[in-house]
Amino acid sequence: MNRNIVVAVLLAAAAGGALAQGEVLRVVPHSNLSILDPVWTTAYMSRNHGYMIYDTLFGTDGKSQIKPQMVESWTESPDHRLWTFKLRKGLAFHDGAPVTGEDVVASLGRWGKRDAMGVALMTFVERMDSPSPDSFRIFLREPCGFLLEALGKPSSNVPFIMPKRVAETDAFNQIDDYTGSGPYVFKRDEFKPGDRAVYLKNTKYKPRAEPASGTTGGKNVYVDRVEWNLALRDVQAQSNALVKGEIDIIESLAFDHYESMSKEKGVKVLKPTLGLQYMCRFNHLHAPFNRAEVRRAALAAFDQRQFLKAQVGVDELYKPCASMFTCGTPYASDVGTELQARSSMRKAQDLLKQSGYDGTPVVLMKPTDLQSIGKLPDVAGQLMRQAGFKVDLQAMDWQTLVSRRAKKDAPSAGGWNMFCTAWVAPDIWSPVNNAALDARGDKSGWFGWPDGPKLQELRSQFMRETDEAKKKKLAEAIQTEAFQLATHAPLGEYVQPVATRQNISGVIMSGLANIYWNVKKN
Amino acid sequence: MLNFIARRILATVPVLAIVAVLVFLLLRLTPGDPAAILAGDAASADQIARIRISLGLDQPIIVQFGIWIGHLVTGDLGESFYYKIQVADLIAQRLEPTLSLATLTILFSVLVSVPLGVIAAWRFGGWFDRALMGFSVMGFSIPVFVLAYILIWIVSLKLGWLPVQGYKRIADGFWPYLQHLILPSITLSVIFIALIARVTRASVLESLGEDYIRTARAKGLRESQVLIRHALANAAVPIVTVIGIGIALLIGGVVVTESVYAIPGLGRLTVDAVLARDFPTIQGVILFFSLVYVGVNLLVDLSYVFLDPRIRY
Repeated sequence: MNRNIVVAVLLAAAAGGALAQGEVLRVVPHSNLSILDPVWTTAYMSRNHGYMIYDTLFGTDGKSQIKPQMVESWTESPDHRLWTFKLRKGLAFHDGAPVTGEDVVASLGRWGKRDAMGVALMTFVERMDSPSPDSFRIFLREPCGFLLEALGKPSSNVPFIMPKRVAETDAFNQIDDYTGSGPYVFKRDEFKPGDRAVYLKNTKYKPRAEPASGTTGGKNVYVDRVEWNLALRDVQAQSNALVKGEIDIIESLAFDHYESMSKEKGVKVLKPTLGLQYMCRFNHLHAPFNRAEVRRAALAAFDQRQFLKAQVGVDELYKPCASMFTCGTPYASDVGTELQARSSMRKAQDLLKQSGYDGTPVVLMKPTDLQSIGKLPDVAGQLMRQAGFKVDLQAMDWQTLVSRRAKKDAPSAGGWNMFCTAWVAPDIWSPVNNAALDARGDKSGWFGWPDGPKLQELRSQFMRETDEAKKKKLAEAIQTEAFQLATHAPLGEYVQPVATRQNISGVIMSGLANIYWNVKKN
Repeated sequence: MLNFIARRILATVPVLAIVAVLVFLLLRLTPGDPAAILAGDAASADQIARIRISLGLDQPIIVQFGIWIGHLVTGDLGESFYYKIQVADLIAQRLEPTLSLATLTILFSVLVSVPLGVIAAWRFGGWFDRALMGFSVMGFSIPVFVLAYILIWIVSLKLGWLPVQGYKRIADGFWPYLQHLILPSITLSVIFIALIARVTRASVLESLGEDYIRTARAKGLRESQVLIRHALANAAVPIVTVIGIGIALLIGGVVVTESVYAIPGLGRLTVDAVLARDFPTIQGVILFFSLVYVGVNLLVDLSYVFLDPRIRY
């Protein structure tokens, strides 16, 4: 055969392949995708997977406001106890079945057993029903001040709407049917854990008319296929691949690479509007942090700039924020934050002396394999030593830390005194869902188990309050009380930069979640 | 011979049994709770406890072991805690990249290192021999990831000849498949070239001092014939042994190379499973690695018969 003919045939085949595949968006997510049920786990990768294939009743826009998504309209009874919602026309699952009120009721029921905010909401819910295929109702025992916030919450666990048959799966078992009604369809047969996850454009999806904002608005899809590269986890290899044009987006650009990638031709670096918050958590069950005076001494020692400088290092990516609710969100304020906002080593030393601290060592857990938070315990340990604490800094891998922090035993018996972590903005921006403020003692939902009846009472009032101005006042009171109790130490905020090729536009940089509608590849 | 093979295959049973017991017990002694990892960062203690029950981790260790062994004897490696996929399927998914990388690396290493080792032995003490010894010290010393980044920077980013990362299955086309394996194979080969070349040199050097070499030369054979048919053939046993160990090592774990080049192989699977405390997957892959080690060693032993007719089983 003539060589030219062979070349022509090969080129035609290659072109045909390219046409058949269409526009492909190649993304390197921040982590590996392992669990495909976003209601079963709070893992952010599972949440992002959920946003690809499921839709939500409400969403949160770029200004942290709740906006309707699958819901077209809703009414609230004068006594605030009956809420009736009407679904948008044209909503359909990937298998073609219409989305009905029954699907919604089943989905909310399952989510309400797993999500902390969902569980809180369900304590108000008397029953839910679907009077017609395109509507559903929520009957409350008493007025609830966060119903729409809960239905539109943007982060884990998001109340994604699944078909009734799927949502009827026991909330403590994982689903194995990934039929959603969202803008993408999950290609189950191409999913290879640790390798790649593939999503195809849902051509039947009917986006809203409003522009995309946060997790709301028109979920317009401009690519045919999104591929998550789950194998590419070495940060240097990620940057190399982006520079070479082998991938389009790095979801979580390493801080060390921020400056060099900002100067790289063909690449642009984007910053989300909302940041994440670092925090150190005290174990309230055991000495020395079983006393508020000692915890407050540690709080006074924690100069946020020291933590941010060591951990992030790039000035334009961090800012101190003493509020326990993410700065720039509705309930953030500086009320009651003086101890943290004006941290002083002298004050910390005085407070520690006054507290009668007996020299009990603080068992501080340090993750060695998580670069994103690995330096925080070093800084915390040093500042505490300067304040007069004895610190036992124990290094371990993150998974050991995660397991150990669930133990309520004394530090000498395998327990702990303190660890540090980071939260995305929507997980801590409200007194309802900020897990660190749950102060029900050893019944608290999150590790550390603070006991604060007054704080709990204020949170309870917040949950029942429907007036927004009063809610803000209550949020301030909650924050003041939380600082008195020293539930935890906020360590400041940072934004996680995203790097893309220059030809990528429309990436939604709200900081709420990593989502891939509205993205164009020119 | 058949008797030997049968005995060796039977001997794998106690080996695997010991490995199974050790792996199972070691994993249970390791700190870290798979349920806490699965539940996610914001999960409550109650949620974690529910997951622990659903995974059967609340059962006594002896009961868990009994259940696992019961499945194992029927050939069922169990289901991954993390991925909810059969461990056997996970291993199968990751086998092609690892096998491809191992095969190409060994092939390249042998093709380069054996001639180099033979020439170095032939020119013992000369500049070539010294250069090869210097190279082999460097090959042993340079960390794999440093070499990988240097190669990527030059070959992929500056010259643009090969991709930076990724793996293409052979079904996606032979050239894309090969293209994605060249740099990782070269990276991995350096240490094996250094190792095999040194062993070949030492082994051939020993052969070259033997009487049969003097006889071959006295018969008037060409030097190449002396080197290949007489010196190398008689030096083959240690070389093949080293190659066999190399294959087993390559299949067992080339985590750094797989990470730098984003190759979804068995090494990466093992590390992910360890970090996630995915007990069934760790147990499955370690048993698989043990089987590979035993199998490769058996093949190496059998190859001795062909390489050295004096050996009989």
